[in-house]
Amino acid sequence: MREEAPRLNVTVENDITVVELADRKILDEISISQIGEKLNALVAEAERPKLVLDFANVSHMSSSALGMLITLHKRIREKKGHLRLCNIQPAIYEVFVITRLNEIFQISESRHQALDSLT
Amino acid sequence: MQERVIPSDLTAAKELEEQVLRELDRHGYSEVASFAVRLAMEEGLNNAIKHGNRRDQSKTVTVCYEVTAEEARITIQDEGPGFHPEDVPDPTADENLEKPCGRGIMLMHAYMDDVHYNDRGNKVFLVKRNT
Repeated sequence: MREEAPRLNVTVENDITVVELADRKILDEISISQIGEKLNALVAEAERPKLVLDFANVSHMSSSALGMLITLHKRIREKKGHLRLCNIQPAIYEVFVITRLNEIFQISESRHQALDSLT
Repeated sequence: MQERVIPSDLTAAKELEEQVLRELDRHGYSEVASFAVRLAMEEGLNNAIKHGNRRDQSKTVTVCYEVTAEEARITIQDEGPGFHPEDVPDPTADENLEKPCGRGIMLMHAYMDDVHYNDRGNKVFLVKRNT
């Protein structure tokens, strides 16, 4: 059984790309590689990527998603770009804290704050 | 105790996770507890399929679970050679923070009330109390 690919809402505000998961509350192992491919493609086509990932619709994630984010973050930094995460629900944020990844990623409370930090 | 034998397949694993979550819901477990069990099961099943059985479709994963009003007990066993959990590097050590893998086991420990392995290291026991 092959699952439908997860849908991402991608918008561009000035030179900042904002990506929001549109219809997938669960960042599970099956969807995460597809999402990672799409995000890496966005980074690859940008000269100096500025990316905001909006987690408003994400109610669950596991270590596979964290791995994907770390790889994405590295690729963005290699191109001297910037990554911001925002709208992370408290239960998800706790996963970042437990793994100390809140020290690696720059996390904003709202999309507005994330965009402000990149302009 | 219910026993399910699934192929080394993530879709089958996800369906099984949903079955257990429905049992938790039926017994009135909190959202926090359900979050923890979903996370631990996903990590345990991923480890069994990817690292234990190495995605070998001829190998299966055996999952036993029992959900009562007091606690949820889950075991996940693969057909791999097993591993020693103490050999897995601490993913929160400074030198490992930016490695993309290696957080599943620590997350299981962080979210469950009990996590332990059999001697061979191919079977994990998970317990979450309904508090």
